Amino acid sequence: MLDTKGYPNRLGLRGWVGGGRWGLERYLYTLHRLTGLGLLVYFLLHIIVTSARAFGAAAWDASMARVTGPVFVAGEYLVFAAFVFHAANGVRLALVELGWAIGRPIEPVYPYRTSVDEQRPLAVGVLIVAALLAVVGGLDFFVLH
Amino acid sequence: MRDQRLWTWHVAAGLVVLVTLALHMAIMHLDALLGLFNPAGGHPIDWANVAARSRQGFFLVSYVVLLGAALFHGLYGLRTILHELGPGPALRRGVDVTLLAGGGVLFVFGAWAAWAAFALARTV
Repeated sequence: MLDTKGYPNRLGLRGWVGGGRWGLERYLYTLHRLTGLGLLVYFLLHIIVTSARAFGAAAWDASMARVTGPVFVAGEYLVFAAFVFHAANGVRLALVELGWAIGRPIEPVYPYRTSVDEQRPLAVGVLIVAALLAVVGGLDFFVLH
Repeated sequence: MRDQRLWTWHVAAGLVVLVTLALHMAIMHLDALLGLFNPAGGHPIDWANVAARSRQGFFLVSYVVLLGAALFHGLYGLRTILHELGPGPALRRGVDVTLLAGGGVLFVFGAWAAWAAFALARTV
């Protein structure tokens, strides 16, 4: 997986941020990494902040008081939205990795067909599911509270 | 071969995180719509709700499972990204050791916090 087979990664960061004309799935890959990194940073801080519950009510309330306000609510919503996208796209990646949802193997007869055509509905479905869940979450975060 | 095995664990850990984190998100952030596991009412982060969840063995186990699976999934993903940037062998080794040690420390700390909160909530 990580073996570069002797070829250097000349593009570095640009190589995975920029997708050029590689299509929707290539940009989902970039977004998957960005949301993953964002979730990881939040998660590492979350472990430390929520450890205050081990010291009782006063420590917990003091810890939560430091992370309240509209900026933190907006930040938490971004974490929620990042999670629903990362989760839905992760399911797609797992399905594709297992060889599901990419169509059956066919003879390479002209005009050639690409398996991307088989995968595209799944990618669009991921975006729809993530958007719906993000809207439901937004309702709870900003309207019902 | 080793990376292939770790990658398989990465995918499996992702599925565990999918289930446990979805439950966590539903409890903490869809409370107005679903109202799950918040027996005292009010906000999910109110101490009464936190203590009520913390004293349940189910939440102790699910927190620790989520903690371990998310740390492995997230830190292995970060390792993949850092290795793809093409560091030399010594730096790759340094990245591996740092992430393994950091993940281990955070797992022990987070698991201790869950256990301490469980023990504390049982006494009140």
